[in-house]
Amino acid sequence: MKKTCITRLLILLVALCAMPDVSLAQSEAYLDSIMTHTLNEVIVTANRFTEVIPSQKLAGKELEGLNSLSVADALRYFSGVQLKDYGGVGGIKTVNIRGMGSEQTGVYYNGIQLGNAQNGQVDLGKFSLENIEEISLYNGQRSDVFQTAREFGSAGSIYLTTRRPRFKEGERANLKAGVKVGSFDFLNPSILCEYKITEDIYATVNAEWINSSGKYEFRYRRVTPAGDMAYDTTAVRENGDVDAVRVEGGVQGYMPRGKWKAYMYHYTSERGIPGAIVNNVWYRGERLWDRNSFVQAMFEYDITPKLSTKVHAKYAFDYTHYVNNDDKLIHVDNVYKQREIYASWANKYTIVRNWDVSLAYDYQWNQLSEYRDVQRNTHWVSLASAYALGDCFKVQASALATIVDEEDRGQAEVPDKFKVTPAVFLSYKPFERADLVLRAFYKQSYRMPTFNDLYYTDMGNAYLKPELATQHNVGVLYDLDRNDNVFSFFRIGADVYYNKVKDKIIAYPKGQQFRWTMLNLGMVDIRGIDAQAMAVFRFPYRIELTTKLQYTYQEAIDITDPNDNYYGHQIPYIPWHSGSAIVMLSWQEWMLNYSFIYVGERYNQQENIIYNYTQPWYTNDVSLVKIFRLKDVVLKATLEVNNIFDQDYEVILNYPMPKRNYRVGITVEI
Amino acid sequence: MKTFQYILALLMLLCVSCRSDEILPPAQYDQLPIGATPHSDPVGMYLLNEGNMGSNKATIDYVDFENGFYMRNLYAERNPHVIKELGDVGNDMQIYGGKLYVVLNSSHKVEVMDVRTLVRIGQIDIANCRYINFHNGDAYVTSYVGPVSIDPNAQPGAVYRVDTTSLAITGKCTVGYQPEELAFVDDRIYIANSGGYRKPNYDNTLSVVDVESMKQVQKITVAPNLHRVRKDAYGRLWVSSRGDEATIPSRLFVLDRKDPASRDMVVTDTLDIPCSDMCISGDLLYFYSLAWSDYLERNVITYGIIDVRTKQLLTDRFITDGSDEKIDKPYGIAVNPSNGDIYVTDAKNYVSSGTLHCYDREGRKQWSMRTGDIPAHMVFLRKEEP
Repeated sequence: MKKTCITRLLILLVALCAMPDVSLAQSEAYLDSIMTHTLNEVIVTANRFTEVIPSQKLAGKELEGLNSLSVADALRYFSGVQLKDYGGVGGIKTVNIRGMGSEQTGVYYNGIQLGNAQNGQVDLGKFSLENIEEISLYNGQRSDVFQTAREFGSAGSIYLTTRRPRFKEGERANLKAGVKVGSFDFLNPSILCEYKITEDIYATVNAEWINSSGKYEFRYRRVTPAGDMAYDTTAVRENGDVDAVRVEGGVQGYMPRGKWKAYMYHYTSERGIPGAIVNNVWYRGERLWDRNSFVQAMFEYDITPKLSTKVHAKYAFDYTHYVNNDDKLIHVDNVYKQREIYASWANKYTIVRNWDVSLAYDYQWNQLSEYRDVQRNTHWVSLASAYALGDCFKVQASALATIVDEEDRGQAEVPDKFKVTPAVFLSYKPFERADLVLRAFYKQSYRMPTFNDLYYTDMGNAYLKPELATQHNVGVLYDLDRNDNVFSFFRIGADVYYNKVKDKIIAYPKGQQFRWTMLNLGMVDIRGIDAQAMAVFRFPYRIELTTKLQYTYQEAIDITDPNDNYYGHQIPYIPWHSGSAIVMLSWQEWMLNYSFIYVGERYNQQENIIYNYTQPWYTNDVSLVKIFRLKDVVLKATLEVNNIFDQDYEVILNYPMPKRNYRVGITVEI
Repeated sequence: MKTFQYILALLMLLCVSCRSDEILPPAQYDQLPIGATPHSDPVGMYLLNEGNMGSNKATIDYVDFENGFYMRNLYAERNPHVIKELGDVGNDMQIYGGKLYVVLNSSHKVEVMDVRTLVRIGQIDIANCRYINFHNGDAYVTSYVGPVSIDPNAQPGAVYRVDTTSLAITGKCTVGYQPEELAFVDDRIYIANSGGYRKPNYDNTLSVVDVESMKQVQKITVAPNLHRVRKDAYGRLWVSSRGDEATIPSRLFVLDRKDPASRDMVVTDTLDIPCSDMCISGDLLYFYSLAWSDYLERNVITYGIIDVRTKQLLTDRFITDGSDEKIDKPYGIAVNPSNGDIYVTDAKNYVSSGTLHCYDREGRKQWSMRTGDIPAHMVFLRKEEP
């Protein structure tokens, strides 16, 4: 109860002290990247018609200052995003953008989608922030016509961009090494090397090791409805250990009229699956071994000043070994292997200065082996156009055709799929002087049934149709840039959206004994508002204050069947209210960050009744960063305290989250 | 602009509601639409809601016939100090010797309570326990995991003997694969082995275990994927099979003594009737079946009553007023021993509240009540223990 008041006060303070950013950090990073690639990306940056809808971004100093270990942690600060977090360093973390389901979200790593044809879920907890320079989130799609066909296909897109090498005048190599230690016996050493092979060719290698026992204390405290203490127990989370190694690296080169990049990624891990805490069960014996590897390459070239072309290719291999060692349960030992080959060819032609068209074709082959050998071929063809009327009106339209060739399986023939989805994006800047932008979009997207949906033993349903999401969005954004004033930057904006998910693929009980099947049975109606505000203050003595506030209201209701007792109820785990607040204070080489994340009340099952009620949770995190400079050596020390007020909460029912925890990090950069 | 900031801040503040103390799931009391039935015996009926796996939402409801109340989620109210309440996946419930026994499969325990007050007496830890039955002062509990097995695909189950006074395990016997229900005839335990985790190589036997020695003395081959075993008033066993969900459908079998002098049971009848659950009341066996039809792409439900003397199907419906249309997934059945009322539970989609329907002996709906998640197992509370 005490915490409650403190929190309310904090919110009030944060809210009043100013609605908060393109934090400087971000704009700096942006500038940096422009400067580095001035020569090569001049076409992209100079063309004002590429980006119709601004995205949410976290980058540079801001990203470093937030108490985040994985990409999933950082995504909590975006509006419209709900994170499913099963707790701890090793727990699965997936995101759901605007209530449409995590399978509708595309995650792109250096421009190519990370796939999981087996279950459609990408565990963002596996992607550490160590080597990530920028995370961007786009509702709908990245509003750039010059992209791969597949990028037009997701209902929401998250782009992860790894660090771009930057070299000081006359230097050829960068070396960065660091180590983080913290609660849960967390140990995370990492190393990054960047080398300038020639003026235009750079190489990068990055490796890290993450080890944690995953042991954390959690507490269940309950009172009776009359207010008496019922029970209060503290236990240690078991079987949540993780041991992972990530190695990635690449070579990139720039040419007068193009650029290329080759990249490899390898992640290997062993972890425990901690499982649900239920009566009489405090330990489970499920173990998981993962190996995710991919190589990808990209080549972009301007054939003429008007015609540009871009080629992408990727090969991925994922290995998953699952064992249930729990002596109370039936022993399970399964190995799944997935392979993926992907190729894309995208072209852009500038008809006149303010009118671009693009045409792209993507092909992908997926294969899954073990419980059943299955494969599929997918083709995407996209046609897009961007047009700008003067400086005030921009429009982009695209159409994507998706063709899925399912393998002919003989006994149960899986129908092939062919779908065409349109998207239209508009933005309008009514005043020449004021930086006020009105924007709107409409988009349809399909998510194809996964291999599990189609083929999983007993459960799979070969006749599933793709799930359709339709989005409508209108919004406004106002920026005020006052450069050198104390009150130097201000931004405020809001988007209102209405989404509908049709033919939602859900598990449906089949006969007795918990046999399930997948059916296109769900219909969800989603209405929401995303609002954001940010302000940057520059005081004398290099004191800088950045404040940022983000709020989401969402009503996502099940409208499948009026006879269901949950008809018209909010769907599970989608809160009506959620938001975050960030305050960053920097002075010379010091940086103090405070962040607050709030997820409001929600229900853990379809029916909105007291037995399914889940309380709001909110965490207050603080970090302190100090940079020491010793000649050419830059030393950065970080101290993080998470969940300062020691809140005992659950994101997912029966998966307790850690109490207050700490991390200390130190990095040396030469 | 400043005012706008203030308004937004205040709005945020209004929207944001805070955490309060976490409250135990409260009991709910609703009036039965038929009102009180004074002097009724049984005085009431307990209903166990299984709760979906991992949700820890197994709950006990009570229908108070005498006073006309439906009481939802009583366990936490009566036992507030039990950490994480009743448990995960309630798989069976029985009354014996003044105690209520609830088998909690995914909590790996049998919870033992006073049958009148529902106050906890103790628990019996049995891994992956499934069903419970009683014989001569002992409880017998089937479990999916018997001895540790080297071959993961061949892990046999077991039956445990538990002393009902001390709640201590006093014996154990390895049986077939994934054993389910059990019944007693002539000091022998008949256990239905399903082999449900071995699809398509289901088990198809009944294990026969001698109560005295706790040794398996026999295995009787019946049909793939056995589930229910019930004894009728004539010392016969009614056994149901789930079939293989493909070519072999669910069936009902009758076992009787080979000859009056022998203790050995043999399959005497195979009834061409699918059966998911049954309830024998006097000479009548009420059953329902729920089976997925690949052809129709939906669940097919059948109901019926069998005369246990003639083994003939008396009717293919016991709900006569057409209200069975309202039942999405029948999941439990019970018949009131005194007035013949029939109770059928509807588990719906397994992840939302179910419904308990009551029909009179003529099959006309009397009332319906909202239950917990996956209402399944019912037992009657008599005025005095028989």
